[in-house]
Amino acid sequence: MNDGLPLWEVFVRARNGLSHRHVGSVHAADPKMAVEAARDVYTRRLEGVSLWVVPSAAITASDPGESAALFEPAADKVYRHPTFYVVPDNVKHI
Amino acid sequence: MYTVELTKQSGVQAVAEADAGRHAAFEARVAADDFIEPKDWMPEAYRKTLIRQISQHAHSEIVGMLPEGNWLTRAPSLRRKAILLAKIQDECGHGLYLYAAAETLGVSRDEMTEALHAGRAKYSTIFNYPTLSWADMGAIGWLVDGAAILNQVPLQRTSYGPYARAMVRICKEESFHQRQGYELMMQLAAGTTAQRKMAQDALNRWWWPSLMMFGPPDDNSPNSAQSMRWRIKRDTNDELRQKFIDVTVPQAEALGLAIPDPDLKWNPERESYDYGAIDWEEFYAVVRGEGPVAKDRIKARIDAWEGQAWVREAALAYEAKRQARAAA
Repeated sequence: MNDGLPLWEVFVRARNGLSHRHVGSVHAADPKMAVEAARDVYTRRLEGVSLWVVPSAAITASDPGESAALFEPAADKVYRHPTFYVVPDNVKHI
Repeated sequence: MYTVELTKQSGVQAVAEADAGRHAAFEARVAADDFIEPKDWMPEAYRKTLIRQISQHAHSEIVGMLPEGNWLTRAPSLRRKAILLAKIQDECGHGLYLYAAAETLGVSRDEMTEALHAGRAKYSTIFNYPTLSWADMGAIGWLVDGAAILNQVPLQRTSYGPYARAMVRICKEESFHQRQGYELMMQLAAGTTAQRKMAQDALNRWWWPSLMMFGPPDDNSPNSAQSMRWRIKRDTNDELRQKFIDVTVPQAEALGLAIPDPDLKWNPERESYDYGAIDWEEFYAVVRGEGPVAKDRIKARIDAWEGQAWVREAALAYEAKRQARAAA
């Protein structure tokens, strides 16, 4: 048994002013049907004003096994944050 | 949910099981209430248990549309029909969220559907009982969805991220299901003698199967301890059953209906209701597929799947043609 319908990732903009956010996935034969299915599955209660569907196969994800190499170098660079710098109390607006 | 394309996934699992360090790290993360995400390493037993649990849950949502669909064309008003239709559509949506959550574990929706149709996969025993009267639409919403909510609320904090996120959405929608059912029961209970009788009859038939929905008693629930440790399950079957009884009895009293259990009695010491013995033989018979309408349910699923195959085929053929034209 194989319905052969490809998988799509669904992103919803909750309201204008916000970015699209990943909410889940659907199976559908083509992009138009994927939007229609996403509309039925993920926005039955005014959850959004705009939908994106992206073929799941088109997403390249980072590997959790490499998360140390990717993300840990940021941990020892506190000088990237404004609070690293001490400014005298009498100096304002900085 | 974040779902990986399954056909591209072989090889991802090529991890050595015997790695004790990874096991210990995994157990520590789960114990600290951290979430496990699809591409994280996980023990094979955790993956398998989750696939079984989430797919059973998904199948229950899908099969659960059938008893209610039975009354759709006979709803007594347009209002009731619109409500029932919306509820059934929600159940379908819940099934889809859950299938997608299970797919992140490396099983395809087709494989899960096939397991259901072949009788290898289970679904909630409750849906193997027939819906004999309109009052059953009320009793199902009130009791069956009420029991489901108690089961599902703790799962919003379950350790597997995609499952937990699906449960958050489901729980939000489930509350409407229960309230519309209770409102339906209120209307019948305040109606004619025949309507009151119909409501009482529905409560009589759905009460015990609803209690069974929480699963076998704790001393006979072999996988519970492991599942609790993995945060796949967060309360025991008996704890949830007791909670359900304690909240539901006053709701029945407000309707003026009687719970069909002569042994039901408030226990002031425990501050809970004591209740009569559950017929576990019936439960295990239904689990084995001997429920009154088990065969009808699966037949309806298979007929729907096979009868609609041409729609899927046509949609795929259309898309193939569109792509060929675009390429030309």
